[in-house]
Amino acid sequence: MSDTTPTPHGAALLGAGTARRSLGTATPATRIIGLLTLATMTWVVVSAFFITSPDVVQGDSVRIMYAHVPAAWVAYLAFVTTAIASGISVVRRHRTLGFDRVAGASAEVGVLFMGLALVTGSLWGRLTWGTFWQWDPRLTTTLFLFITYVGYLAVRRIDATPERRAKRSAVLALLAVLEIPLVHFSVVLWRSLHQEASVLNPDGDVRLDGLMLFTLFSGVVAFTLGFVWLVIHRQRLQALVDLQGTVGLDSAIAARATEAVLR
Amino acid sequence: MRNVFAVARKDLVVEWRARLLLVRVLPFALLVLVLFAVALDSEALLERAAAGLVWLAAMFAALLVVQRCYDIETADGALDMLLTSVVEPSRVFFGKLLAVVGQLLVLVVVLVGGAVVLYGVRVDAAGLVLLVTTVVTAVIGLASVGTLYGAVVAQLTGRDSLLPLLAMPVLAPLLIGASRATEAAFGSQTIDLATGWAWTALLAVFAVVFTAAGAASFATLTEPDA
Repeated sequence: MSDTTPTPHGAALLGAGTARRSLGTATPATRIIGLLTLATMTWVVVSAFFITSPDVVQGDSVRIMYAHVPAAWVAYLAFVTTAIASGISVVRRHRTLGFDRVAGASAEVGVLFMGLALVTGSLWGRLTWGTFWQWDPRLTTTLFLFITYVGYLAVRRIDATPERRAKRSAVLALLAVLEIPLVHFSVVLWRSLHQEASVLNPDGDVRLDGLMLFTLFSGVVAFTLGFVWLVIHRQRLQALVDLQGTVGLDSAIAARATEAVLR
Repeated sequence: MRNVFAVARKDLVVEWRARLLLVRVLPFALLVLVLFAVALDSEALLERAAAGLVWLAAMFAALLVVQRCYDIETADGALDMLLTSVVEPSRVFFGKLLAVVGQLLVLVVVLVGGAVVLYGVRVDAAGLVLLVTTVVTAVIGLASVGTLYGAVVAQLTGRDSLLPLLAMPVLAPLLIGASRATEAAFGSQTIDLATGWAWTALLAVFAVVFTAAGAASFATLTEPDA
């Protein structure tokens, strides 16, 4: 009856290795990924702040790039992962909940990193362009993408059966794939009519020397590893939550049944 | 095809008997137009912004129409009954879409009339053709997104606040396109008629994409949980 006892269900769901250790979400593999993330992230922080030189034009504000670009990359990677996992869970008729959990976990991490990318980008914009926000097509599309996945997460949080949650959110994630090109195209068309002076080149004008490029690349690797680590843990946690929902109810019904027999 | 009309007719009859569109949605939409005028407090600004404001008000009011169109289904398990009949789910979608299109057309016509009266916009003959085309294509797009996302949140708790959050970002291209095309039809100085017509092409693509997406996913959204 107690939730801490590993159940056969739990063992099957999480692999025999975890069941022995009171249903945690770590495995040797995730520990290795976690350590690698920590190591690469440490290098990126040290290199970005202390080793690389400031940019000729942008000065020290160029250092924001080492967090901004990897964050944006991970966000897009996460949303692609969500779309693929959702597609599989719609096409397959059985055992789809695992893919649904991956889709949800990935979207959660994606929203986090897209938020990071928007905040770091807007801080960089304030320093370089003198303004927090530009209605540039790429920025506007990213903002709509962000809001779309916040909505997706809101649907996932709703109290429904895992099956219903999986179905609705999978359709939503696939619709987002349709929506994004339309949003981007319309915003490009919209902004092109306004003939804004293109003094503000959204890419900035950064000349990347070897070390800067290597640090940026390390950042992408570090953030990607962090993404994988977070998604694995998050989806296992979700599996436990779902399990608690079903097994908890089963054991309660069983307990009630014994009670009725005894009476 | 007969099933599609039967579903649409059913929805419209229910709507006509309750007259919710007439007594709540239309007054609300007009109220939004009035409130915009109060908030902006400049006749020149209003005339310039009229097209965008009309479509913004239409979007807000459309969400009420869509909400209503699923509430009548989920009450008393009516949707389950509908799906247990031999009607194909995609036809139910088209039927509901048709009913929503009908109601939204009335809504947008009233809103455009409101803009003429309250904001002082003028439409000439060439503008009128563009305006009618824009309204029809944009309303189909608006209704298809509404009917589709209405099905996504149907029967979920807290759907009233979810629908705007989900549908509004999707409707962004429609809002951009419809506002620009309508701006051209209103004879604005910033956008000429030819550009206005180019925007209706985007609206048409939008309507086709989301109508197809709705027809394709309606079965998945409404089937009972295994």
